[in-house]
Amino acid sequence: MSNASEILAKSRMVARPSSLEFINSIFTDFFELHGDRHFEDDMAMVGGLAMLNDMPVTVVGIQKGHTVKDNVERRFGSPNPDGYRKVMRLMEQAEKFHRPVIQFINTSGAYPGKGAEERGQGEAIARCLYLSAGLKTPVISIFIGEGGSGGALAMAAGDRVWMLENGMYAVLSPEGFASILWRDPTRSAEAAELMKITAKDLLQNGVIEKIIPEPEEGIENNLQYTADIIKEELTKELKNLCSKTTDELLEERYKRFRKYGEFNE
Amino acid sequence: MKLFKKKNYIPIGRTVIPDSKGESVKPVEREEPVIPDGMWVKCRFCGALVYKKEMDEFKICPKCGGHFRISAMDRLAITCDEGTFEELNANMTSKNPMGYPDYDKLIAKMQEKTGLKEGVVTGICQIDGYKTVVAVMDSNFMMASMGSVVGEKITRAVEKSTELGLPVVIFTASGGARMQEGIISLMQMAKTSAAVRCHSDAGLLYITVMTDPTTGGVSASFANLGDVILAEPKATIGFAGRRVIEGTINEKLPDDFQSAEFQLKHGFVDAIVERKDMKKALSSLFKLHGIKKEKEAAENE
Repeated sequence: MSNASEILAKSRMVARPSSLEFINSIFTDFFELHGDRHFEDDMAMVGGLAMLNDMPVTVVGIQKGHTVKDNVERRFGSPNPDGYRKVMRLMEQAEKFHRPVIQFINTSGAYPGKGAEERGQGEAIARCLYLSAGLKTPVISIFIGEGGSGGALAMAAGDRVWMLENGMYAVLSPEGFASILWRDPTRSAEAAELMKITAKDLLQNGVIEKIIPEPEEGIENNLQYTADIIKEELTKELKNLCSKTTDELLEERYKRFRKYGEFNE
Repeated sequence: MKLFKKKNYIPIGRTVIPDSKGESVKPVEREEPVIPDGMWVKCRFCGALVYKKEMDEFKICPKCGGHFRISAMDRLAITCDEGTFEELNANMTSKNPMGYPDYDKLIAKMQEKTGLKEGVVTGICQIDGYKTVVAVMDSNFMMASMGSVVGEKITRAVEKSTELGLPVVIFTASGGARMQEGIISLMQMAKTSAAVRCHSDAGLLYITVMTDPTTGGVSASFANLGDVILAEPKATIGFAGRRVIEGTINEKLPDDFQSAEFQLKHGFVDAIVERKDMKKALSSLFKLHGIKKEKEAAENE
Protein backbone atom coordinates (compact mmCIF):
# COMPACT_ATOMS: atom_id res chain seq x y z
CA MET A 1 0.00 0.00 0.00
CA SER A 2 1.32 3.41 -0.95
CA ASN A 3 1.92 6.07 1.65
CA ALA A 4 -0.04 9.30 1.81
CA SER A 5 2.43 11.38 -0.24
CA GLU A 6 2.50 8.81 -3.06
CA ILE A 7 -1.28 8.72 -3.13
CA LEU A 8 -1.40 12.51 -3.08
CA ALA A 9 0.89 12.62 -6.12
CA LYS A 10 -1.23 10.02 -7.95
CA SER A 11 -4.45 11.86 -7.16
CA ARG A 12 -3.01 14.97 -8.81
CA MET A 13 -1.42 13.37 -11.89
CA VAL A 14 -2.19 15.41 -15.01
CA ALA A 15 -2.84 12.20 -16.95
CA ARG A 16 -5.39 11.02 -14.41
CA PRO A 17 -8.87 10.90 -15.97
CA SER A 18 -11.23 13.62 -14.80
CA SER A 19 -15.02 13.85 -14.58
CA LEU A 20 -15.86 13.92 -18.31
CA GLU A 21 -13.82 10.79 -19.00
CA PHE A 22 -15.48 8.99 -16.10
CA ILE A 23 -18.94 10.10 -17.21
CA ASN A 24 -18.33 8.88 -20.75
CA SER A 25 -16.96 5.53 -19.55
CA ILE A 26 -19.70 4.77 -17.03
CA PHE A 27 -22.87 6.14 -18.67
CA THR A 28 -24.34 6.29 -22.14
CA ASP A 29 -26.19 9.07 -23.99
CA PHE A 30 -24.41 11.86 -22.05
CA PHE A 31 -26.05 15.17 -22.91
CA GLU A 32 -24.07 18.08 -21.47
CA LEU A 33 -26.01 21.01 -20.07
CA HIS A 34 -24.22 24.32 -19.68
CA GLY A 35 -24.47 27.37 -17.50
CA ASP A 36 -25.86 28.49 -14.18
CA ARG A 37 -28.56 30.81 -15.64
CA HIS A 38 -27.10 33.66 -13.59
CA PHE A 39 -23.68 34.67 -14.82
CA GLU A 40 -21.79 32.24 -17.05
CA ASP A 41 -20.84 28.69 -17.87
CA ASP A 42 -18.05 27.69 -15.52
CA MET A 43 -15.72 25.40 -17.45
CA ALA A 44 -14.33 23.93 -14.22
CA MET A 45 -17.71 22.30 -13.65
CA VAL A 46 -19.46 19.98 -16.07
CA GLY A 47 -22.89 18.47 -15.86
CA GLY A 48 -25.81 17.06 -17.73
CA LEU A 49 -28.01 14.04 -18.29
CA ALA A 50 -27.00 10.47 -18.93
CA MET A 51 -28.27 6.91 -18.81
CA LEU A 52 -27.09 4.39 -16.26
CA ASN A 53 -28.21 1.22 -17.99
CA ASP A 54 -31.89 2.10 -18.50
CA MET A 55 -32.15 4.71 -15.76
CA PRO A 56 -31.85 8.44 -16.53
CA VAL A 57 -29.53 10.20 -14.08
CA THR A 58 -28.15 13.70 -13.54
CA VAL A 59 -24.37 13.83 -13.51
CA VAL A 60 -22.18 16.71 -12.38
CA GLY A 61 -18.43 16.84 -11.94
CA ILE A 62 -15.41 19.03 -11.46
CA GLN A 63 -13.26 18.93 -14.55
CA LYS A 64 -9.51 19.35 -14.61
CA GLY A 65 -7.80 19.81 -17.95
CA HIS A 66 -5.11 17.62 -19.48
CA THR A 67 -3.33 20.34 -21.46
CA VAL A 68 -2.17 23.77 -20.34
CA LYS A 69 -4.77 25.55 -22.48
CA ASP A 70 -7.54 23.29 -21.22
CA ASN A 71 -6.38 23.75 -17.67
CA VAL A 72 -6.30 27.52 -17.93
CA GLU A 73 -9.90 27.51 -19.21
CA ARG A 74 -10.92 25.16 -16.43
CA ARG A 75 -8.83 26.88 -13.75
CA PHE A 76 -7.11 23.56 -12.98
CA GLY A 77 -10.42 22.25 -11.71
CA SER A 78 -11.15 25.01 -9.20
CA PRO A 79 -14.76 26.08 -9.68
CA ASN A 80 -16.10 29.60 -9.36
CA PRO A 81 -19.41 30.22 -7.57
CA ASP A 82 -21.03 29.95 -11.01
CA GLY A 83 -19.89 26.32 -11.15
CA TYR A 84 -21.56 25.52 -7.84
CA ARG A 85 -24.70 27.34 -8.99
CA LYS A 86 -24.68 25.20 -12.13
CA VAL A 87 -24.58 22.13 -9.87
CA MET A 88 -27.50 23.45 -7.84
CA ARG A 89 -29.55 24.17 -10.95
CA LEU A 90 -28.99 20.63 -12.21
CA MET A 91 -29.72 19.12 -8.78
CA GLU A 92 -33.04 20.96 -8.58
CA GLN A 93 -33.82 19.81 -12.08
CA ALA A 94 -33.01 16.24 -11.04
CA GLU A 95 -35.36 16.55 -8.07
CA LYS A 96 -38.17 17.75 -10.32
CA PHE A 97 -37.78 14.81 -12.70
CA HIS A 98 -37.02 12.26 -9.96
CA ARG A 99 -33.54 11.47 -11.24
CA PRO A 100 -30.72 10.44 -8.90
CA VAL A 101 -27.68 12.73 -8.86
CA ILE A 102 -24.13 11.42 -9.29
CA GLN A 103 -21.34 13.84 -8.38
CA PHE A 104 -17.68 13.48 -9.36
CA ILE A 105 -15.11 15.40 -7.36
CA ASN A 106 -11.64 16.33 -8.50
CA THR A 107 -10.42 19.65 -7.16
CA SER A 108 -7.77 21.19 -4.98
CA GLY A 109 -10.49 23.58 -3.80
CA ALA A 110 -12.87 26.32 -4.87
CA TYR A 111 -11.16 29.04 -6.91
CA PRO A 112 -9.65 31.84 -4.81
CA GLY A 113 -10.26 34.72 -7.22
CA LYS A 114 -11.52 38.28 -7.18
CA GLY A 115 -14.65 37.55 -9.20
CA ALA A 116 -15.27 34.43 -7.14
CA GLU A 117 -15.46 36.55 -3.99
CA GLU A 118 -17.53 39.27 -5.68
CA ARG A 119 -20.05 36.66 -6.71
CA GLY A 120 -20.13 34.94 -3.31
CA GLN A 121 -17.98 31.81 -3.25
CA GLY A 122 -18.89 31.24 0.39
CA GLU A 123 -22.60 31.66 -0.26
CA ALA A 124 -22.51 29.32 -3.25
CA ILE A 125 -20.85 26.51 -1.27
CA ALA A 126 -23.14 27.08 1.72
CA ARG A 127 -26.18 26.87 -0.57
CA CYS A 128 -24.90 23.59 -2.07
CA LEU A 129 -24.71 22.12 1.44
CA TYR A 130 -28.16 23.47 2.27
CA LEU A 131 -29.67 22.12 -0.95
CA SER A 132 -28.01 18.73 -0.53
CA ALA A 133 -29.40 18.41 2.98
CA GLY A 134 -32.97 18.51 1.69
CA LEU A 135 -32.86 17.27 -1.91
CA LYS A 136 -35.67 14.78 -2.40
CA THR A 137 -33.74 12.41 -4.64
CA PRO A 138 -30.69 10.16 -4.01
CA VAL A 139 -27.25 11.75 -4.24
CA ILE A 140 -24.02 9.74 -4.55
CA SER A 141 -20.61 11.44 -4.60
CA ILE A 142 -17.38 9.92 -5.86
CA PHE A 143 -13.90 11.32 -5.24
CA ILE A 144 -12.00 10.45 -8.40
CA GLY A 145 -8.79 12.38 -7.68
CA GLU A 146 -8.08 15.34 -5.46
CA GLY A 147 -10.60 16.52 -2.89
CA GLY A 148 -9.73 19.77 -1.19
CA SER A 149 -11.64 21.79 1.35
CA GLY A 150 -15.12 23.32 1.12
CA GLY A 151 -14.96 23.31 -2.66
CA ALA A 152 -14.97 19.50 -2.56
CA LEU A 153 -17.39 19.14 0.35
CA ALA A 154 -19.98 21.22 -1.54
CA MET A 155 -20.41 18.18 -3.80
CA ALA A 156 -20.03 15.49 -1.16
CA ALA A 157 -22.98 16.16 1.10
CA GLY A 158 -25.31 13.47 -0.19
CA ASP A 159 -26.32 9.92 0.77
CA ARG A 160 -23.14 8.05 -0.09
CA VAL A 161 -19.57 9.19 -0.52
CA TRP A 162 -17.12 6.88 -2.27
CA MET A 163 -13.48 7.31 -3.18
CA LEU A 164 -11.11 5.80 -5.67
CA GLU A 165 -8.17 3.91 -4.24
CA ASN A 166 -5.81 6.76 -5.10
CA GLY A 167 -8.12 9.64 -4.31
CA MET A 168 -7.67 12.00 -1.39
CA TYR A 169 -9.83 14.33 0.68
CA ALA A 170 -8.65 16.90 3.20
CA VAL A 171 -9.62 20.09 4.97
CA LEU A 172 -6.88 21.82 3.00
CA SER A 173 -3.82 20.75 1.00
CA PRO A 174 -0.96 19.21 3.02
CA GLU A 175 1.25 22.02 1.65
CA GLY A 176 -1.17 24.63 2.99
CA PHE A 177 -1.46 22.78 6.27
CA ALA A 178 2.32 22.67 6.74
CA SER A 179 2.84 26.29 5.80
CA ILE A 180 0.01 27.64 7.95
CA LEU A 181 0.45 25.52 11.08
CA TRP A 182 4.19 24.91 10.98
CA ARG A 183 5.26 27.80 8.74
CA ASP A 184 7.23 25.24 6.76
CA PRO A 185 5.82 24.04 3.42
CA THR A 186 8.66 21.54 3.06
CA ARG A 187 7.01 19.40 5.75
CA SER A 188 4.06 18.61 3.48
CA ALA A 189 4.84 14.87 3.37
CA GLU A 190 4.64 14.74 7.15
CA ALA A 191 1.42 16.74 7.02
CA ALA A 192 -0.05 14.34 4.45
CA GLU A 193 0.56 11.40 6.80
CA LEU A 194 -0.81 13.20 9.86
CA MET A 195 -3.92 14.52 8.11
CA LYS A 196 -5.29 11.07 7.21
CA ILE A 197 -6.16 12.00 3.67
CA THR A 198 -6.23 8.57 2.02
CA ALA A 199 -9.26 6.47 1.13
CA LYS A 200 -8.23 3.86 3.69
CA ASP A 201 -8.06 6.44 6.51
CA LEU A 202 -11.33 8.04 5.47
CA LEU A 203 -13.13 4.70 5.33
CA GLN A 204 -11.88 3.99 8.82
CA ASN A 205 -13.17 7.25 10.30
CA GLY A 206 -16.48 7.01 8.46
CA VAL A 207 -16.08 9.94 6.09
CA ILE A 208 -16.55 7.62 3.10
CA GLU A 209 -18.50 4.39 2.67
CA LYS A 210 -16.59 2.65 -0.06
CA ILE A 211 -13.21 2.43 -1.75
CA ILE A 212 -13.26 1.83 -5.51
CA PRO A 213 -10.24 -0.14 -6.72
CA GLU A 214 -7.96 1.04 -9.51
CA PRO A 215 -6.14 -1.19 -12.04
CA GLU A 216 -2.55 -2.21 -11.35
CA GLU A 217 -1.34 -0.65 -14.58
CA GLY A 218 -2.64 2.76 -13.48
CA ILE A 219 -6.04 4.29 -14.03
CA GLU A 220 -4.69 6.51 -16.78
CA ASN A 221 -3.98 3.32 -18.75
CA ASN A 222 -7.17 1.42 -18.01
CA LEU A 223 -10.03 3.68 -17.01
CA GLN A 224 -12.62 1.13 -18.12
CA TYR A 225 -11.59 -1.25 -15.33
CA THR A 226 -12.61 1.26 -12.66
CA ALA A 227 -15.52 2.64 -14.66
CA ASP A 228 -17.08 -0.83 -14.84
CA ILE A 229 -16.80 -1.26 -11.08
CA ILE A 230 -18.36 2.16 -10.47
CA LYS A 231 -21.19 1.30 -12.86
CA GLU A 232 -21.92 -1.92 -11.04
CA GLU A 233 -21.76 -0.29 -7.60
CA LEU A 234 -23.96 2.63 -8.67
CA THR A 235 -26.56 0.29 -10.11
CA LYS A 236 -26.67 -1.69 -6.89
CA GLU A 237 -26.69 1.30 -4.54
CA LEU A 238 -29.25 3.33 -6.49
CA LYS A 239 -31.60 0.38 -6.42
CA ASN A 240 -31.25 0.43 -2.65
CA LEU A 241 -31.60 4.21 -2.26
CA CYS A 242 -34.53 4.47 -4.70
CA SER A 243 -36.45 1.90 -2.66
CA LYS A 244 -36.52 4.26 0.34
CA THR A 245 -39.25 6.78 0.99
CA THR A 246 -38.22 10.44 0.76
CA ASP A 247 -38.52 10.80 4.53
CA GLU A 248 -36.27 7.80 5.15
CA LEU A 249 -33.75 9.07 2.63
CA LEU A 250 -33.58 12.55 4.15
CA GLU A 251 -33.48 11.30 7.72
CA GLU A 252 -30.62 8.93 6.98
CA ARG A 253 -28.79 11.68 5.11
CA TYR A 254 -29.19 14.00 8.11
CA LYS A 255 -27.85 11.31 10.43
CA ARG A 256 -24.94 10.64 8.12
CA PHE A 257 -23.55 14.12 8.72
CA ARG A 258 -24.95 14.57 12.21
CA LYS A 259 -22.59 11.95 13.62
CA TYR A 260 -19.32 13.75 12.83
CA GLY A 261 -17.52 15.25 15.78
CA GLU A 262 -15.39 14.18 18.72
CA PHE A 263 -15.75 16.01 22.00
CA ASN A 264 -16.00 15.65 25.77
CA GLU A 265 -19.07 16.69 27.72
CA MET B 1 12.97 72.20 5.59
CA LYS B 2 10.95 71.30 8.61
CA LEU B 3 9.13 68.72 6.57
CA PHE B 4 12.10 66.37 6.55
CA LYS B 5 13.19 66.98 10.07
CA LYS B 6 13.51 63.76 11.96
CA LYS B 7 11.12 63.45 14.83
CA ASN B 8 12.52 62.85 18.27
CA TYR B 9 10.80 59.69 19.35
CA ILE B 10 10.67 58.68 22.97
CA PRO B 11 12.20 55.24 23.14
CA ILE B 12 10.07 52.61 24.78
CA GLY B 13 11.54 49.41 26.09
CA ARG B 14 15.21 48.50 26.24
CA THR B 15 17.04 50.11 23.35
CA VAL B 16 20.45 49.18 22.10
CA ILE B 17 22.28 52.37 21.26
CA PRO B 18 25.31 52.20 19.00
CA ASP B 19 28.34 54.19 20.14
CA SER B 20 30.29 56.54 17.89
CA LYS B 21 32.23 53.64 16.33
CA GLY B 22 29.00 52.01 15.32
CA GLU B 23 29.39 49.17 17.78
CA SER B 24 26.52 48.50 20.04
CA VAL B 25 26.86 49.18 23.70
CA LYS B 26 24.97 47.81 26.60
CA PRO B 27 21.43 49.07 26.93
CA VAL B 28 21.20 52.17 29.06
CA GLU B 29 18.59 52.37 31.72
CA ARG B 30 16.65 55.54 31.13
CA GLU B 31 13.60 57.26 32.43
CA GLU B 32 10.90 56.01 30.08
CA PRO B 33 7.21 56.57 29.98
CA VAL B 34 5.50 53.48 31.26
CA ILE B 35 2.37 52.34 29.49
CA PRO B 36 0.43 49.99 31.70
CA ASP B 37 -0.48 46.80 29.97
CA GLY B 38 -3.86 46.69 28.34
CA MET B 39 -4.85 50.34 28.77
CA TRP B 40 -4.42 51.17 25.12
CA VAL B 41 -5.59 49.25 22.12
CA LYS B 42 -4.73 49.75 18.50
CA CYS B 43 -7.64 50.13 16.11
CA ARG B 44 -7.25 47.54 13.41
CA PHE B 45 -9.12 49.71 10.93
CA CYS B 46 -7.44 53.14 11.24
CA GLY B 47 -4.36 52.30 13.30
CA ALA B 48 -5.21 54.83 16.00
CA LEU B 49 -4.20 54.09 19.56
CA VAL B 50 -7.36 54.20 21.61
CA TYR B 51 -7.49 54.69 25.34
CA LYS B 52 -9.67 51.83 26.54
CA LYS B 53 -11.57 53.96 29.02
CA GLU B 54 -12.60 56.23 26.16
CA MET B 55 -14.69 53.38 24.77
CA ASP B 56 -18.08 52.36 26.09
CA GLU B 57 -19.48 48.85 26.24
CA PHE B 58 -19.89 48.80 22.45
CA LYS B 59 -16.12 49.03 21.87
CA ILE B 60 -16.16 51.41 18.95
CA CYS B 61 -13.09 53.30 17.79
CA PRO B 62 -13.74 56.98 18.62
CA LYS B 63 -11.53 58.02 15.71
CA CYS B 64 -12.96 56.03 12.80
CA GLY B 65 -16.03 54.24 14.13
CA GLY B 66 -14.42 50.85 13.54
CA HIS B 67 -15.98 48.05 15.56
CA PHE B 68 -13.41 46.27 17.72
CA ARG B 69 -13.66 42.52 18.05
CA ILE B 70 -15.42 41.79 21.32
CA SER B 71 -15.60 38.72 23.49
CA ALA B 72 -18.62 36.44 23.52
CA MET B 73 -19.43 37.51 27.07
CA ASP B 74 -19.30 41.22 26.19
CA ARG B 75 -21.50 40.51 23.19
CA LEU B 76 -24.06 38.68 25.27
CA ALA B 77 -24.05 41.53 27.80
CA ILE B 78 -25.00 44.12 25.15
CA THR B 79 -27.43 41.80 23.34
CA CYS B 80 -29.47 39.80 25.84
CA ASP B 81 -31.94 41.31 28.30
CA GLU B 82 -30.36 41.32 31.72
CA GLY B 83 -30.55 38.01 33.55
CA THR B 84 -32.24 36.11 30.71
CA PHE B 85 -29.30 34.19 29.23
CA GLU B 86 -29.18 30.48 29.98
CA GLU B 87 -26.20 28.73 28.52
CA LEU B 88 -26.47 25.43 26.62
CA ASN B 89 -23.76 22.77 26.51
CA ALA B 90 -21.41 24.95 28.54
CA ASN B 91 -18.94 22.21 29.34
CA MET B 92 -18.28 20.73 25.93
CA THR B 93 -14.58 20.55 25.13
CA SER B 94 -12.40 19.34 22.27
CA LYS B 95 -10.78 15.98 21.82
CA ASN B 96 -7.90 15.42 19.47
CA PRO B 97 -9.44 13.50 16.56
CA MET B 98 -6.42 13.72 14.28
CA GLY B 99 -3.78 13.27 16.96
CA TYR B 100 -2.33 16.70 16.24
CA PRO B 101 0.80 17.18 18.35
CA ASP B 102 0.13 19.16 21.54
CA TYR B 103 -3.43 20.06 20.53
CA ASP B 104 -4.58 19.48 24.12
CA LYS B 105 -1.97 21.94 25.40
CA LEU B 106 -2.98 24.50 22.80
CA ILE B 107 -6.61 24.19 23.83
CA ALA B 108 -5.71 24.45 27.52
CA LYS B 109 -3.72 27.61 26.83
CA MET B 110 -6.65 29.14 24.95
CA GLN B 111 -9.04 28.22 27.75
CA GLU B 112 -6.79 29.93 30.23
CA LYS B 113 -6.38 33.02 28.05
CA THR B 114 -10.07 33.50 27.32
CA GLY B 115 -11.86 31.90 30.24
CA LEU B 116 -13.93 30.06 27.63
CA LYS B 117 -14.15 26.33 26.97
CA GLU B 118 -14.28 26.73 23.20
CA GLY B 119 -14.80 29.24 20.37
CA VAL B 120 -18.57 29.61 20.68
CA VAL B 121 -21.05 30.28 23.47
CA THR B 122 -24.65 29.18 22.90
CA GLY B 123 -27.83 29.55 24.88
CA ILE B 124 -31.40 30.72 25.18
CA CYS B 125 -32.18 34.32 26.05
CA GLN B 126 -34.52 37.20 25.51
CA ILE B 127 -33.63 40.08 23.22
CA ASP B 128 -35.85 43.10 23.89
CA GLY B 129 -38.42 40.71 25.29
CA TYR B 130 -38.28 38.22 22.42
CA LYS B 131 -37.28 34.70 23.38
CA THR B 132 -34.62 33.32 21.08
CA VAL B 133 -31.73 30.90 20.80
CA VAL B 134 -28.44 32.72 20.45
CA ALA B 135 -24.90 31.67 19.52
CA VAL B 136 -21.88 33.94 19.76
CA MET B 137 -18.51 33.04 18.33
CA ASP B 138 -15.44 34.45 20.04
CA SER B 139 -12.43 35.18 17.85
CA ASN B 140 -10.13 35.32 20.89
CA PHE B 141 -10.34 31.54 21.06
CA MET B 142 -8.19 30.22 18.20
CA MET B 143 -9.92 32.69 15.88
CA ALA B 144 -13.16 30.81 16.61
CA SER B 145 -12.16 28.24 14.05
CA MET B 146 -14.77 25.51 13.63
CA GLY B 147 -13.83 22.10 14.94
CA SER B 148 -16.03 19.42 16.47
CA VAL B 149 -17.12 21.50 19.47
CA VAL B 150 -18.00 24.68 17.58
CA GLY B 151 -19.86 22.62 14.96
CA GLU B 152 -21.68 20.52 17.55
CA LYS B 153 -22.68 23.49 19.72
CA ILE B 154 -23.98 25.44 16.73
CA THR B 155 -25.85 22.34 15.50
CA ARG B 156 -27.39 21.68 18.91
CA ALA B 157 -28.36 25.34 19.30
CA VAL B 158 -30.13 25.28 15.93
CA GLU B 159 -31.76 21.92 16.71
CA LYS B 160 -32.91 23.30 20.06
CA SER B 161 -34.56 26.25 18.39
CA THR B 162 -36.27 23.92 15.90
CA GLU B 163 -37.51 21.78 18.79
CA LEU B 164 -38.82 24.78 20.74
CA GLY B 165 -40.10 26.66 17.70
CA LEU B 166 -37.82 29.60 18.41
CA PRO B 167 -35.84 31.91 16.16
CA VAL B 168 -32.07 31.64 16.24
CA VAL B 169 -29.53 34.45 16.05
CA ILE B 170 -25.91 33.59 15.34
CA PHE B 171 -23.14 36.17 15.70
CA THR B 172 -20.51 34.73 13.39
CA ALA B 173 -16.77 35.30 13.66
CA SER B 174 -14.29 32.75 12.45
CA GLY B 175 -11.07 32.16 10.63
CA GLY B 176 -12.63 29.03 9.09
CA ALA B 177 -12.20 25.32 9.72
CA ARG B 178 -10.11 24.12 12.69
CA MET B 179 -7.20 22.65 10.73
CA GLN B 180 -5.84 20.80 13.75
CA GLU B 181 -8.91 18.56 13.69
CA GLY B 182 -8.50 17.68 10.01
CA ILE B 183 -11.35 16.33 7.91
CA ILE B 184 -13.76 16.17 10.87
CA SER B 185 -13.72 19.96 11.02
CA LEU B 186 -14.75 20.09 7.35
CA MET B 187 -17.70 17.81 8.13
CA GLN B 188 -19.00 20.42 10.59
CA MET B 189 -19.90 22.61 7.62
CA ALA B 190 -22.30 19.98 6.28
CA LYS B 191 -23.62 19.19 9.76
CA THR B 192 -24.44 22.79 10.68
CA SER B 193 -25.92 23.54 7.25
CA ALA B 194 -28.21 20.51 7.50
CA ALA B 195 -29.40 21.68 10.93
CA VAL B 196 -30.15 25.13 9.47
CA ARG B 197 -32.11 23.46 6.66
CA CYS B 198 -34.34 21.63 9.17
CA HIS B 199 -34.90 24.84 11.13
CA SER B 200 -35.80 26.65 7.93
CA ASP B 201 -38.12 23.86 6.74
CA ALA B 202 -39.97 24.28 10.05
CA GLY B 203 -40.73 27.86 9.01
CA LEU B 204 -38.55 29.45 11.67
CA LEU B 205 -36.45 32.59 11.51
CA TYR B 206 -32.67 32.50 11.41
CA ILE B 207 -30.72 35.75 11.60
CA THR B 208 -27.00 35.87 10.98
CA VAL B 209 -24.96 38.77 12.29
CA MET B 210 -21.59 38.68 10.55
CA THR B 211 -18.89 40.22 12.69
CA ASP B 212 -15.19 40.64 12.12
CA PRO B 213 -13.93 38.24 10.70
CA THR B 214 -16.40 35.85 9.06
CA THR B 215 -14.33 33.79 6.67
CA GLY B 216 -13.47 30.34 5.29
CA GLY B 217 -15.60 27.34 6.17
CA VAL B 218 -17.96 29.31 8.39
CA SER B 219 -18.72 31.74 5.56
CA ALA B 220 -19.25 28.68 3.33
CA SER B 221 -21.79 27.14 5.68
CA PHE B 222 -24.22 28.44 8.31
CA ALA B 223 -23.05 32.08 8.22
CA ASN B 224 -24.34 32.57 4.70
CA LEU B 225 -27.62 30.75 5.27
CA GLY B 226 -29.53 33.27 7.36
CA ASP B 227 -33.01 34.37 6.29
CA VAL B 228 -31.68 37.80 7.11
CA ILE B 229 -27.97 38.52 7.11
CA LEU B 230 -26.74 41.57 9.01
CA ALA B 231 -23.13 42.70 9.26
CA GLU B 232 -21.17 45.04 11.46
CA PRO B 233 -19.42 47.95 9.73
CA LYS B 234 -16.06 47.17 8.13
CA ALA B 235 -16.10 43.51 9.22
CA THR B 236 -14.01 41.25 7.02
CA ILE B 237 -16.32 38.80 5.28
CA GLY B 238 -15.17 36.38 2.61
CA PHE B 239 -14.30 32.82 1.70
CA ALA B 240 -10.68 32.70 0.54
CA GLY B 241 -7.94 34.62 2.31
CA ARG B 242 -6.87 37.91 0.77
CA ARG B 243 -3.23 36.87 0.42
CA VAL B 244 -4.16 33.57 -1.22
CA ILE B 245 -6.23 35.45 -3.78
CA GLU B 246 -3.50 38.02 -4.39
CA GLY B 247 -1.03 35.19 -4.88
CA THR B 248 -3.35 33.42 -7.32
CA ILE B 249 -4.32 36.34 -9.52
CA ASN B 250 -1.03 38.17 -9.05
CA GLU B 251 -2.53 41.57 -8.35
CA LYS B 252 -3.12 43.72 -5.33
CA LEU B 253 -6.69 43.83 -4.08
CA PRO B 254 -8.41 47.08 -3.10
CA ASP B 255 -8.56 47.96 0.60
CA ASP B 256 -12.30 47.48 0.88
CA PHE B 257 -12.17 44.00 -0.69
CA GLN B 258 -14.16 41.50 1.43
CA SER B 259 -15.45 44.21 3.77
CA ALA B 260 -19.03 44.27 5.00
CA GLU B 261 -19.59 47.23 2.67
CA PHE B 262 -18.20 45.19 -0.26
CA GLN B 263 -20.58 42.34 0.58
CA LEU B 264 -23.52 44.76 0.81
CA LYS B 265 -22.65 46.21 -2.60
CA HIS B 266 -22.39 42.73 -4.14
CA GLY B 267 -25.66 41.61 -2.63
CA PHE B 268 -24.52 39.19 0.05
CA VAL B 269 -25.66 40.98 3.19
CA ASP B 270 -29.05 42.57 3.81
CA ALA B 271 -27.92 45.47 5.94
CA ILE B 272 -24.97 46.88 7.82
CA VAL B 273 -25.96 47.67 11.36
CA GLU B 274 -23.84 49.50 13.92
CA ARG B 275 -23.30 47.64 17.14
CA LYS B 276 -25.16 50.17 19.25
CA ASP B 277 -28.23 49.71 17.02
CA MET B 278 -28.03 45.92 16.77
CA LYS B 279 -30.44 45.07 19.55
CA LYS B 280 -33.03 47.43 18.10
CA ALA B 281 -32.55 45.91 14.63
CA LEU B 282 -32.98 42.37 15.94
CA SER B 283 -36.07 43.43 17.85
CA SER B 284 -37.59 44.97 14.69
CA LEU B 285 -36.86 41.83 12.69
CA PHE B 286 -38.54 39.62 15.30
CA LYS B 287 -41.58 41.89 15.21
CA LEU B 288 -41.64 41.96 11.41
CA HIS B 289 -41.74 38.16 11.40
CA GLY B 290 -44.83 38.18 13.55
CA ILE B 291 -43.01 36.85 16.61
CA LYS B 292 -44.55 37.81 19.93
CA LYS B 293 -42.65 39.09 22.95
CA GLU B 294 -42.41 36.60 25.78
CA LYS B 295 -44.69 38.69 28.00
CA GLU B 296 -47.43 39.03 25.36
CA ALA B 297 -47.18 35.34 24.51
CA ALA B 298 -47.64 34.47 28.19
CA GLU B 299 -50.64 36.78 28.49
CA ASN B 300 -52.33 35.20 25.49
CA GLU B 301 -52.12 31.74 26.96
